[in-house]
Amino acid sequence: MTLLITIFAAVISTAIWYKNAPKNEMKTGMLCFMFWGASLMWFVDACFEYAKVGAALFRPSAQDMLNDMFLGLAVVALALVVWIVSVLVKDPKGVIRAKLFYKKDASDKDVD
Amino acid sequence: MGCFIVPAAEAVVTTVVAKAVKSKEKEKEKETVTIQTENRMEEAVAIPTSKKIGWLSKMLWGGSGLLAFEHLWHGEVVPFFPFLTAASNKEDAIAMLHEMSTVGTTMCLVVTGVWALMLVAAKSISKKAIVTDTIKQ
Repeated sequence: MTLLITIFAAVISTAIWYKNAPKNEMKTGMLCFMFWGASLMWFVDACFEYAKVGAALFRPSAQDMLNDMFLGLAVVALALVVWIVSVLVKDPKGVIRAKLFYKKDASDKDVD
Repeated sequence: MGCFIVPAAEAVVTTVVAKAVKSKEKEKEKETVTIQTENRMEEAVAIPTSKKIGWLSKMLWGGSGLLAFEHLWHGEVVPFFPFLTAASNKEDAIAMLHEMSTVGTTMCLVVTGVWALMLVAAKSISKKAIVTDTIKQ
């Protein structure tokens, strides 16, 4: 389930990256690499698990599936947090810099 | 158990290599080529090698980071010494090393293999773009 959720996240982020290309203001490429890297690694893990337990890998108990789904969503959430922090720190659109500085002649006016 | 350590180690190496290659690239003059995009010709610079190594680096860092989180979730990684629960006794440590040498190494090989395919695809696509230009001219 974790692998499936990560693959879906990788495909969706890649589609978003492709739609916005060649502009890369939101740095979605970083998300793609993160999710694809994790998907490949979990795929290898699943292959080794399959070699060990066989077809039982595809018949997880409801509790295991729920736990794995919870983990998958937590993984996606963590990756999204890492990505958004990276975007805000790099500030490719200059929004944060524009908020921190303002023109001298506007110093008397209210700035939100 | 500790399979994510192997790709993380490779990520460290690729990051260092990418930085070294990037510093050398600054000295070199970038080669400009003409490519066809949609209906017009454009002057473009080929993707530098450091950026290509960066793709591998990002996949390895991202993947091993998220895998480390999974291990933390399952209680296999702890925020105190020895950090890996399997390292606390000999039997588990042997099992962990075995997993690192099998699963961890395969993860590295698969990610690096996919990256190599990406490079081949990128080269083929960029070659086609330049060939189109030559034919049109």
